[in-house]
Amino acid sequence: MSILVTEKTRVITQGITGKTGLFHSQKSREYAKECQPDVDVFVGGVTPGKGGQEVDGFPVFNSVAEAVEKAGANTSMVFVPPPFCGDAIIECIDAGIELIVAITEGIPTLDMVRVEAYLKGSKSRLIGPNCPGIITPGIAKIGIMPGYIHKPGGVGLISKSGTLTYEAAWQLGNLGLGQSTAVGIGGDPIIGTTFIDLLELFENDPGTDAIMMIGEIGGNAEVLAAEYIKEHVTKPVAGFIAGQTAPPGKRMGHAGAIISGGSGTAAEKMEALEAAGVVVAKSPADMGKAMQEAIARRNG
Amino acid sequence: MKIHEYQAKQLLKAAGVTVPEGIVAKTPDEAAAAFEQLGGSLAVVKSQIHAGGRGKGRFKEYPDQPGVVLVRSAAEARENAERMLGSTLVTIQTGEEGKQVNTLLIEEGLDIASELYLGVIVDRAAGGVVAMMSSEGGTEIEKVAHETPEKILTAPVKAGYGLQAAQARRLAYQLGLDANALASAQAFLPKLVQFFIDNDCTQVEINPLVVTGDGQFVALDAKVGFDDNALFRHKNFLELRDLTEEDESEVRASDTGLSYVKLDGNIGCLVNGAGLAMSTMDLIKHHGGEPANFLDVGGGANVEQVTEAFRIILADANVKAVLVNIFGGIMKCDVIVEALLAAYDQVGFTVPLVVRLEGTNVEKAREMLAASGKDIIPATDLTDAAKKVVGSISA
Repeated sequence: MSILVTEKTRVITQGITGKTGLFHSQKSREYAKECQPDVDVFVGGVTPGKGGQEVDGFPVFNSVAEAVEKAGANTSMVFVPPPFCGDAIIECIDAGIELIVAITEGIPTLDMVRVEAYLKGSKSRLIGPNCPGIITPGIAKIGIMPGYIHKPGGVGLISKSGTLTYEAAWQLGNLGLGQSTAVGIGGDPIIGTTFIDLLELFENDPGTDAIMMIGEIGGNAEVLAAEYIKEHVTKPVAGFIAGQTAPPGKRMGHAGAIISGGSGTAAEKMEALEAAGVVVAKSPADMGKAMQEAIARRNG
Repeated sequence: MKIHEYQAKQLLKAAGVTVPEGIVAKTPDEAAAAFEQLGGSLAVVKSQIHAGGRGKGRFKEYPDQPGVVLVRSAAEARENAERMLGSTLVTIQTGEEGKQVNTLLIEEGLDIASELYLGVIVDRAAGGVVAMMSSEGGTEIEKVAHETPEKILTAPVKAGYGLQAAQARRLAYQLGLDANALASAQAFLPKLVQFFIDNDCTQVEINPLVVTGDGQFVALDAKVGFDDNALFRHKNFLELRDLTEEDESEVRASDTGLSYVKLDGNIGCLVNGAGLAMSTMDLIKHHGGEPANFLDVGGGANVEQVTEAFRIILADANVKAVLVNIFGGIMKCDVIVEALLAAYDQVGFTVPLVVRLEGTNVEKAREMLAASGKDIIPATDLTDAAKKVVGSISA
């Protein structure tokens, strides 16, 4: 079992005629083919004005609605350039796409405010933007992460960061802890799916035995997640917060990773998580070990 | 992107938001002339730097000179301007090194009945724009937010609708304003929120927002920041950028597509990915070292970028060792090592270099490093890397 990405997932790529969009569509298709040889998981792409063409075996549609109708897509991987990406996501919502995975980095924040308004009350779920994507090891990956570092298993992995997620997956894999599903939620100020949304999904997923969450400085999403864990999560949880040594007022790469006014520090997030019973790694080298310890505590 | 108060006020004025009459001065003569031109008996001389806390800040060269000062004559304006222009203002936000003041804003004095706080930001939790107000205007708003959060009033802005007059009235009543000020609130607040939305701001802070004796709202100060990701639709803002306010090496890095932030330690870091880069700083600190910088080379680093990254790191005289930490995903480790080796030769290393690699094609990459014959210290994992780089300094 897993969350969000399952055997039923059928994906189109928005922005498939761009270099990055095509490259990652090919890589994701390869991974899915290895996992499910008899199924076409990646069923095409969308680029307005280029409908009817084909790129490397992917049929191209003019609109998401057309891709839904003709190719049976229920998921979209979005590589549309930032100025047009908010609109591309809204097109997915309008077409009834269930899962939207937005990889694009650099979408204006107020465009995301508009997207948020469209998401409310819709049947679509957005992951990202500015994220590595989502992978259910052994089923499919939708995003830019290297597939081989994620082993199938029982840990639900949630992370704000890209390469740090790879690091965590790698450490978990080395300890024999594969993942049910790993999700990069992105580090932007406004994101579609939050820690809490995924904690709930993983808590209710029979294929997930434990949860690892990786946060960073800025905002209070991790503190809210800690409150949620305390109230609602029965599975063992481990965590890590990046940016313990980051100075206030400086943006550290991610638009959201900035500490201001004495809030959003790593220290207060770590404290909140520990108070909720989460095993928090102090060093990024110990993320895997923290998960192991959280599981051992529960069993012992 | 941040802009100066005088620039923010010019934009606000053009958007119909009331600001005090003001004149920009870059010389003491201009400051004196501005006083005359404003025609009042009282004016305020304000240092234009991006950092806040200017009123309480003092100049390095003139320890008694505040960054914002009231003057009562043209001569007084000139004297103060002489001390302020070209001098270094140190405030709670500039750090010890302070900021040189090159521009002054001379403004009319106002009949102030009360001082309020107004801030507009994007609230992550609510997923939208929110206006915040408080009766506790002045410089200590962070303290108010921390100690008495109930004194911060908020109005969430519905996407696509702007702030409604009803919300402005509600805020005004909660703030205990009288009927005179009510009309001003209904006009001022929605305009200010619309300014935020129209210009893709990340923050608009009016602190203090004053209510004058006749009930008018006036933006006495204005702190405006723009969303860098939205500058493509506001190209005119680029000319408002003041490069003297930015760190030279940070500007150089961003021109090369690198994300760099200078810190105070002595271990330089080169990492792919923002989260891993922050974690690498944490790792160094965890093992008793001090990071000299945050540097994210991004997902598709090439020889030029890695070379420039090394140059920027090594230009910092404090750097005594460098740690490269790469988790190759789609970006293969051997490609990174190729760039590393080429950059190593071009840059000319004189401090220890520790390299930790993991991910796609790592075996091949490690062999390339070993076969290069260069004085590069390989590390097997994160802890090993941290120990080696910290040890290379203390040894």
